Amino acid sequence: MTQQKILSLNRLSKQFGTVVANDAVDLDLHKGEVLALLGENGAGKTTLMNMLFGHYLPDSGSIDVAGEDGVMQPLALGHPQAALRAGIGMVHQHFTLAENLSALDNILLGSEKLKSLRRDRARLRARVEGIMARSGLTAPLDELVGKLSVGERQRVEILKALFRDARILVLDEPTAVLTPQEADTLFENIGMMTKDGLSVIFISHKLREVLAFSSRIAVLRHGVKVGEMATSDADQKAIARMMVGADTPEASREIIAPGAPVLKMKGVSLKGQSDRDTLTDVSLTVHANEIVGIAGVSGNGQSALAAALSGMRHPDSGTITVEGVDVTRAEPLAMIRAHVGRIPEDRHHDGMVGAMSVAENMVIERLWDDEFQSRGFLKNEAIASHAERLSKAYDVRGPGIEAKAQLLSGGNIQKLILARVFEQNPRLILANQPVRGLDMGAAEEVRRRLLEARDGGAGVMLISEDLDEILGLADRILVIHSGEVHEIMTRDRSQIGLMMAGEPA
Amino acid sequence: MIRIEPRVAPGRLMTLGVPVLSAVIALVLACIPLLFAGANIATAYAEMARGVFGSVFSFTEVLTRATPLIFTGLAATLAFRAKLWNIGAEGQLYLGAMAAVAVGTGLFDLPGVLLMPLIIGFGAAAGAAGMAVPAVLKTRFGADEVVTTLLLNFIILIFVQMMLEGALKDPMSLGWPQSSPILDQGMLPQLIPRTRVHAGLIIALLAAVVAQFMLARSVWGFRLRAVGENAAAARHAGIGVNRSLMSVALISGALAGLAGVSEVAGLKGYLTADLSPGFGYTGIVVAMLAGLSPIGVVVSALFIASVFVGADSMSRAMGVSSYLADLVVSMSLLCVLIGGFFARYRITSTKPVQGAAS
Amino acid sequence: MIDILHILISESFWIASLRIATPLIFGVLGALLCEKSGVLNLGIEGIFVAGAMAGWIAVWLGAGLWGGVLVAAGAGAFFGLIHAILTVPLGLSQHVSGLGVTMFATSVSYFIYRTALPDTTSPPRIEPFQALDIPILSDLPFIGPVLFQQTAMTMLALIMVGVVWYVLDRTALGVAIKAVGDNPDSVDAQGLSVYGLRIGTIMAGSALMALGGAFLTMSAFSSFFFGMVNGRGWICIALVIFASWRPGKALLGALLFGAFDAFQVRLQTEVGAFVPGQVFLMAPYILSIFALVIAARRADYPRALLTPWFKGQR
Repeated sequence: MTQQKILSLNRLSKQFGTVVANDAVDLDLHKGEVLALLGENGAGKTTLMNMLFGHYLPDSGSIDVAGEDGVMQPLALGHPQAALRAGIGMVHQHFTLAENLSALDNILLGSEKLKSLRRDRARLRARVEGIMARSGLTAPLDELVGKLSVGERQRVEILKALFRDARILVLDEPTAVLTPQEADTLFENIGMMTKDGLSVIFISHKLREVLAFSSRIAVLRHGVKVGEMATSDADQKAIARMMVGADTPEASREIIAPGAPVLKMKGVSLKGQSDRDTLTDVSLTVHANEIVGIAGVSGNGQSALAAALSGMRHPDSGTITVEGVDVTRAEPLAMIRAHVGRIPEDRHHDGMVGAMSVAENMVIERLWDDEFQSRGFLKNEAIASHAERLSKAYDVRGPGIEAKAQLLSGGNIQKLILARVFEQNPRLILANQPVRGLDMGAAEEVRRRLLEARDGGAGVMLISEDLDEILGLADRILVIHSGEVHEIMTRDRSQIGLMMAGEPA
Repeated sequence: MIRIEPRVAPGRLMTLGVPVLSAVIALVLACIPLLFAGANIATAYAEMARGVFGSVFSFTEVLTRATPLIFTGLAATLAFRAKLWNIGAEGQLYLGAMAAVAVGTGLFDLPGVLLMPLIIGFGAAAGAAGMAVPAVLKTRFGADEVVTTLLLNFIILIFVQMMLEGALKDPMSLGWPQSSPILDQGMLPQLIPRTRVHAGLIIALLAAVVAQFMLARSVWGFRLRAVGENAAAARHAGIGVNRSLMSVALISGALAGLAGVSEVAGLKGYLTADLSPGFGYTGIVVAMLAGLSPIGVVVSALFIASVFVGADSMSRAMGVSSYLADLVVSMSLLCVLIGGFFARYRITSTKPVQGAAS
Repeated sequence: MIDILHILISESFWIASLRIATPLIFGVLGALLCEKSGVLNLGIEGIFVAGAMAGWIAVWLGAGLWGGVLVAAGAGAFFGLIHAILTVPLGLSQHVSGLGVTMFATSVSYFIYRTALPDTTSPPRIEPFQALDIPILSDLPFIGPVLFQQTAMTMLALIMVGVVWYVLDRTALGVAIKAVGDNPDSVDAQGLSVYGLRIGTIMAGSALMALGGAFLTMSAFSSFFFGMVNGRGWICIALVIFASWRPGKALLGALLFGAFDAFQVRLQTEVGAFVPGQVFLMAPYILSIFALVIAARRADYPRALLTPWFKGQR
């Protein structure tokens, strides 16, 4: 491998309010190299890359990029346009694709002159096809992006960067939405491209893939670069310690015998707007004292399953019962009163009313309760003391119970939701991606509470795209694929991975 | 390099200061059209001030003018708090007025203690019914209520004209399209002798206080706020979003209907097709200037009413078009919108980092 | 029955239909452009008024008819710019800002008109656009008179349908406009300016809306009077949804609307004795609500419509 330097980040710092996202981070990248940027959630990986791509302006520091001639030149900061011109391409975790355009138009967007009256699509298309052939990445160019699968969308994103002559490609958690097998293919393609001279930085918090596919590793913690090494010299335990600062305490999970059935779904089908939110003939049971993990790649019906159990959508056929009570067509309020606790996937969008106070968000599911209202009027003292009590019990930290909930950090918002859910002694808990985006401490707290609820006799349905999380928590694992749910007996990663991809195991 | 960052929490000073400042800026901006019209600026402002504060009578005119604006401002405030875009207060006002003359001009010959509540009740119900239509179209069919309420305003106004030439026409009016007068005992009483201020103002103030209290302290208000701020989360938390929207739609319509009742049964005595010079639309400005606070509506309605009364008297004295008032009102809406932005966000400019050659 | 059929096959009926449709074609195209870029423009009603007033007064002051068209378009673009600044970089409520622009544009127009002509009750007339009489084409049977005995502004409206379609469907600019209305991040990530695209599109759309207003004073009525726009802007907002944001369907929607309006005017002469005239006046608004209700359920709104976007926040 050549050791020609192609990019260097020099002492980049960025602060958001009082939070230091990056503190004087140095990072070099060489030609043809695959650099893994490793760190737990909130370590500042994405912020660093957003500064590189010009989405954020650093508070201090500079960036040098090699030009076509190999000479290092300073990069204008805060301008995506400049980054694009310098040959930096970024694939965000949330794709930046227009769904109403074809894949080809998405790739061409921004590279054609806006003033020109005619388009030369045939010539440009040939170029895109050439890139597809060289890189091994394929996508249906004429299909609307809205109709593509997640994997295809990701390939369109990468093609977009390559079409703009990216010499440096940044991938932000590229495998988060892929099956293990799809992820492997992606890394094979990356391998092909780096042989062509492309340099890649990929952001990840998954040790396994980092060790398998990168050539060098840099570790970030709390916005500071805490380590850097060649992958060949890396030691898994040492890196894990570097990421979290100490040995990770494994969530200890006792095996206990499941109790009586709490949730029964029989032949539930729910047709959504697309295949991504459809359920087909789902039958499953969750018992008391049991955590059932639903493993699967996102967009395989998890949202429909969660919506049906939240009361947000109703099945077209089949029945759902909770402790023998039919809740097939229950509205959210009826679900709450049937002792179903719901931890929604998108806590900002579905979990809280950000413009209302912390105290109000804590009682929002219990407005019918005489404890908090009388004859239609709010009992403000009861609401306030309830909020004080829950804030203490669940360690919700923020500017106070009268402050708007949107001022809380992600972890504290999740604690608020946990407090609201667990306080009502639910018999069934639906936890949809409950630790996504949380820092280590908050995530551990969520896991502890879920196990505690299980031990206390509740049934838990845990929906997650993170197989390691499911393996760590679930007593029983189901796999969801294309809206169908299958029970599996194995706890073998690769076998579960195959099933997540729809292969019979 | 300019960046927009949200403020952590807008201060109380900001929330109060922005509307006041916006109103002042809009008044100052009125210089431009005044210059355009060739008027002496100082004299013009003096005339406006005299029109408002010149005498007790002129100030009572402001109160009279503010009365329907408080009602329509409240109608907009409650609906907008739930993110229900009721732009139909103008039409609902006419429905309320029409109901008032339908029951108040002789259909029931009742004593005042019975007739007045009857007129008020019918007017409110008619306004509510007027808003029920777009609310149902929204919740049942997903039809955008902005467009339906706007279009209904035109339909209702034409309907009023039809009624004034038909069923509601005063046979004594010698061909003028106007209704019979409301029976004397049905008229809302005068508050101050020899002025036009009437009991409608008391009802409007009461409505503002009740609305403020219900919004802050009732479960209904809690639900309404939750639906307006985040309908998805409200629904997830077990709040019946459509039910909340329907209830606020009816109350918003009823308040707009009361504006019509108070104009007909408090001021004019009979209905004509030019009863409202756009009170319904101006109510939106009143609500926005009040920062969607019911008590604030009273203050901003007084301000807007002063602008109208002041501009009217200035117009009479100096020959400058009284459309100046509409101009000031629309400018204060735009100013308060922009001001609201600066209350919520901070614009920070950061110096380009050294080495940034672009 | 015979009478209705008679109406439908008469040339004059279709000439009237296209004439009534013309301002709506401009308005629907303008609203469609704005919404395609992700911004609802409720300033449309006021921009119609401003276009009607600006075009008319420019001609009255001696600018010439095409000069008037340019002035009207410029006035539309100006009020569009106000709406654009409020809703795009400042990200304020598109509903309230649009209504504010409508109030502002209307009151500015009325104020200028009243200041220019303080006391007139019957405003001076201008010499409006005359029907084109294109040799040969105008003599074609049926099609000839319907299409070519219209004024130049109707022709311009029809041409604009093609132009808007071509830009949106066949140019890189159109691709970018559609992208910014679906997912602004897609445009930003490719180094294009979200603000620039949206502000430009809103200004262009608003200029088209103003031409709809200008048609009223410079082609249909030859003078300006208060309340002449009479909800046409709002009707256009409903028609855009009916047309599912497609220029071709927008033309169709405007034509259907024009045909219905022309038809009911003719029907009125037949049954006017039994039905009050106001019923017919109400018909266009009721029809619009009806069209909206039919189209609403399957409406495929531009995904980013009404959602503000701030640079550097994702």
